Formats: sequence, structure tokens, C-alpha cells
Amino acid sequence: MEPLFINLAEAFTGWMISLGLDPGWAEAVLLVVKWIIVVTIITVNIIILIWLERKVSAFFQERLGPNRLGPFGIFQTIADAIKLLTKEDIVPSAADKLIFKTAPMFFIVVAVMLYTVIPMGKGMQVINLNVGLLFFISVGSLSTIALLMAGWGSNNKWSLMGAVRSVAQMVSYAIPLAFSLLGVVMITGSLNLQDIVLAQDKWWFVILQPIAFITYFIAATAELNRGPFDMPEAEQELTGGAYTEYTGMRWALFFLAEYTNLVAVSALMATVFLGGWQGPWLPSWLWIIIKTYAIILVFFWVKWTFPRIRMDHLMSFSWKVLVPVSLGNILLTGAGIYFCRWMGWC
Amino acid sequence: MLESDIYTVNVGPIHPSTHGGLHAEAIMDGEIIENVIVHLGYVHRSVEKIAEGKTYQQYVPYTARLDYLATNLPVLGYCQAVEKLLGIEVPERAQYIRVIMAELSRIASHQIAISATGIDLGATTGLMYGMRDRERIMNIFEMTGGQRLLSSYIRIGGVAADIPDGFIPAVMSLVQDIPGMMDEYNGLMTGNEIWAARMQGVGILTPETAIQYGVTGPNLRASGIAYDLRRAEPDGIYHRFEFDIPTRNGGDSLDRWQVRIDEIGESGRIIEQALEGMPNGEISTRVPKVLKPEPGKEVYHRIESAKGELGYYIVSDGSSKPYRLHVRAPSFINLMVLPVICRGGVFQDLITNIATLDPILGESDR
Repeated sequence: MEPLFINLAEAFTGWMISLGLDPGWAEAVLLVVKWIIVVTIITVNIIILIWLERKVSAFFQERLGPNRLGPFGIFQTIADAIKLLTKEDIVPSAADKLIFKTAPMFFIVVAVMLYTVIPMGKGMQVINLNVGLLFFISVGSLSTIALLMAGWGSNNKWSLMGAVRSVAQMVSYAIPLAFSLLGVVMITGSLNLQDIVLAQDKWWFVILQPIAFITYFIAATAELNRGPFDMPEAEQELTGGAYTEYTGMRWALFFLAEYTNLVAVSALMATVFLGGWQGPWLPSWLWIIIKTYAIILVFFWVKWTFPRIRMDHLMSFSWKVLVPVSLGNILLTGAGIYFCRWMGWC
Repeated sequence: MLESDIYTVNVGPIHPSTHGGLHAEAIMDGEIIENVIVHLGYVHRSVEKIAEGKTYQQYVPYTARLDYLATNLPVLGYCQAVEKLLGIEVPERAQYIRVIMAELSRIASHQIAISATGIDLGATTGLMYGMRDRERIMNIFEMTGGQRLLSSYIRIGGVAADIPDGFIPAVMSLVQDIPGMMDEYNGLMTGNEIWAARMQGVGILTPETAIQYGVTGPNLRASGIAYDLRRAEPDGIYHRFEFDIPTRNGGDSLDRWQVRIDEIGESGRIIEQALEGMPNGEISTRVPKVLKPEPGKEVYHRIESAKGELGYYIVSDGSSKPYRLHVRAPSFINLMVLPVICRGGVFQDLITNIATLDPILGESDR
């Protein structure tokens, strides 16, 4: 089972070469096919995830959740997707039309780009980038621009307030987010995600970097705009924030992108802190899926338990708690590495 | 310091957190609230004017729609006012049933306040906890009046029908579960760090301001004033029951929230005593089909509703219809304090304050 997908890819390349295609072109075609598969998996996965979140939240709230369409209501999301696709696409007359229309596309493209570097198994990666982690952090913070575009383009006070909050929040939380990952980079000495996974063959980094794991989890929750940090959306205050004016599929794209981000960030957490695709007995691609879903469930749990934090508390928490703690963690890691070398253990 | 312009944000009348058709115009300087202007009237149904065209009995269901979340309390207040006007005596059994229904309504109303505060602050699960427990009270109302939300079960002279079988066990089991419910609300929300940070010191209502504005009910008691009409001016048979008046001293949102949770417990105690003391007998006095009070007679009757002091002022001209009816709606008066407690806070505090003041627009707009 282990090299299932790699064998499939090799067989596909071999088949194309046997058809008389230049090997260079065969590689290019394979890359396109890989991308199509990634996008398909993301979409299917999200349909399952939305259903799962509804069921999980229903479980927390002692409700039944969707239970009409198909067994356990699994086709509910598909029905909703059809509804959203057939809804009228309303563009407010006062909106900045170009920005309004491109914002959701930008958001989803940025979210999908995150999957480029995540190792989904042994040797399974779209591109094995040697600065994978840096790429992930920098592309991940681009989604702020999409939210700002949505907020500005909508020409609505609620949307703009949501967008401004989102920018403030993302700028504050991107710093502890990057700092939390720095400890891991210091230990492995590499930004390549495959190297980081391989460095965890003995100890998962969650054991070596417990503080970084917690700060990263909190900062990632804020970066994902999930509760209790869902300030840019804040249905009860900002009536949907940056998404207020969006309808139908444009709104659904934001929704899809949020879940896409959620999976990507959870997969990165599994890769960096929980040993990635490494694990006994089961094939590596199954291990990363199990670990990712475990983290996603924790995200659900947090969201459906906590109330929303206040904006000024959010900012002071980042600058007064998360940034110093993650900086302290870097200092501690550096001291640890120095001590380790001095003792001759590593 | 960066220079900024003042701008307005219209919270409502269509907004998820305004509990109905409330329109609060927030005048903001960045995230700071400079002032709030409350616009009312979006749910105005001329309830007081309708009374002039209806007989005294016909008007009973209209009162149920004043405070639809505590449906028996406004009905009780109206019926008692008419009884005072005509000098009608209510049988003992009916008095006890009325107390049980009134206190159940109070619990139901406070549960809505608790759940709505939960959802307004983003604690979606808090909403469902309150709603789940309220459902049991709705089932009890369905047993007695046949209607869940707006059962006009209390009538002039008594109640509409005797309590059915299964009523007492259902109420008993509910009352026994109340401490558990309170623990759950406190455990999920009150004890939460984020929750406390959002509520503590937010929207402080000083006792002086509260008295100046005529604030009553849990909002007043959260400011440290133990004023409850059930104790200060007991209507019906409230003087027979033993209960405490929960108060807090801070007057902030957290205090208002906790007073409501505590009051659920006290209402449970009253119901327990009422169930024990309920005698057998008539459930209604014989009331003539057409009620004609003395001409020129007027009456003001007030009860402690879930939101505060609910008063009815009725003037009779000797006909079968009231000449004038006025409702002193606690929500209307409590809402007037909203700008005072919001000033200087951030935008999110406005939502918290609306939720913890717990206005009901059906009553304040009438």
C-alpha cells in the first residue's frame, strides 16, 4: 500500500513516454495532473469537512445535525452546494466591481497554493521546495489581502470594519506564528518540510517544542479566522464582516477557502510538530490524514466551546503574551542546542 | 495621535443581535463609541389603542404578545389589574397555579436572556444549552394552555382550565434539574476566561443612574439594589413564599448575567413551595360574560415581570371596553439607559450591553 500513489505517478509518466512524449513534457503533464488531483481532493475533502463540522457541533450542542439527505445526512453539503451554485449573483451597485469580484478568487487561489509544499506521504509532494516552510508562511499571510479587497470592494461599513479587523489581527498574529516555527527550523537546520519530517524519526517536535506547539496553535486559530478569533466575520456583531455583501458562489468561495486553509494549516501542524507522515504499520499517506483530522477536530472543539474574544484583548494578547513567549522559546531552543553540542550529544 | 472622523454605524433594525426590531445608531470614533441613539417603533402594533376597541376578556391574548418570551407574566399583570378594577376574588387553587406559571415564564425568559447573551458573544453552544432547557417549560405550557409560546392560560378570575395529569411530575422534575442547569451555564460560560474578560467592567450601571432612569428588574438588582415587587408590593399570594432577592454590586454586564442565573434558582424554590401548598378546589370564580366596571374608575397595577416592573393603568368609562389602557413596559425604560452605559466602550461592548439589558421589543414598542 505504501508507495501506491508514487507507483501510480510513475506508471502514468511511463505510459506517456511510451506514447512518444518527451520526458520533460511528461513531467510537466504530470505536474498538471497532480494539481488537478490536489484540487479535486481539496473539494471532496471540504464537502466531508463541512458535514463533519455540522455533526460535531451538533454533538456538542445536543442537536442532531443534518440527518435528512442520505445516511447521517452526508449529502446535505452537496445539496447546499447546488443551492449556492444556483443562487443569484448580486453585486452591489456601489461596489468597486473589479475588486469585489476578484477577492473570492484571490482568496481561494492563495488557499490552494498552500498545498504545494505539504508532504502528503513519503516522497509525495507537489513540489519539494527547499524553502517550503517560508513559502507556506508567506503565502498563508496573503489571504489578508483578499479579505481587505472584499471589505473595501463591498463599500459597506460592516465589511470594511471586518476587513480592518482582519488586517490588524493577521499582522499581529503572523509574527508569533512565524516565531513558533523558528524553533523547529533551528533544530533541523532546514526549511524543507521533507527534511523536517525526517528529523522527527526519533522524537516528534511536539515533545521538543511544546511551547511552540501551543503558541502556533493559538496563532493559527487567529490566522484561520476561526472562533474564538473570528473577528473579521463576527456574524453577531458585524453581520458577516467582510462577507456581508457576498451571495451565492462568491460567498461559497470564501467559505471553501476558509476550510481549505484549515486543512492546510492542520496538515502543516501535523508535519512540523507531530512527525508528519511517519508512523508504524499504516501507509504514510494515511498517517498524515489521520493526524491532520485529529488536529482539525481540536480546532472544531475550540470553536464550539469558546465565546468570541474582544478586539482590543485580541491585540494585547498577541503583543503582550504570544510574541514574548514565542521569542522566549527561540532563546530557550538556542540555549538548548548550544548545551546539547557542548555536552557532545548532538 | 492619529486624527479620525466621527462616523455612524446603524445597528439594526435588521441585525442578528438586536433581539427584534431595535435600531441603535452608534456614533463611533474608530472602535470607541461616542454615543448611541436608540430608535424605537419598528414593532409598534398600537396594542394600547387596540384595547379601547376590545372587551376586557377579548384583550387577554393581546397582552400575551407584549413579552412573548415570558408569556404568562404580562397576562397575569393584566388579569390582576382587571380583577382589581372589578373587585373580583380569585380562588386559592388558581392563585397557586398562577404563581407556578408565572415563575416558569420567568425562568423561560431568563433562559432566553442567557442563551441570547451566549450567541451574541459568539458562544454558540451556550445558546443551545439555554434553548434545550427552555424546551421543557414550553412543553409544560403546551400541556396547560394548548399553546407553546403564547398560551393565554391565565384568565380574568382564575385560569382557563385545571392542570392536566402529568403536569405536577413534569414541573417537579424540571425544578429538581434547575441546580444542574445553573451549573452547566456557569461552567460553560461564567467560568470562561474570555467570557469574563468581555463582561467584567463592561456597561457599568451605577445605582444612582439606574434609579434616575427608572431601571427595574434584574438590571437594577445587578447594581446592588434589592428591589423586587414580589417582596416590596406582593401581588396575589407572593407574600406566602420564602425566597431570596439575588443582587450583585458591580452593575456591569457580568453581574446582570449572574443575577439572571441566580433568579432561575430562586424561581425554582418558589415553584417547589407552590407545588407543596397547592390546595384542591375551584380554578376560577364565576365572572360575568360582559364586564362593566364603575364609570370613571381607574386602576394601576404592577407586577414583577421577568424584565422589571410591568404596570397596567386602566381607566373605565362604564362600558364593556376600557376607556384607556397604558402599559408601563420595563423593557422600554431599561433600554433608555443603553447610551449611558455604552459611552466610552468599544463597538463589541454595545452588543454585550444590549444582550445583558435583555430588552424585548414587543413590549417596549407595544
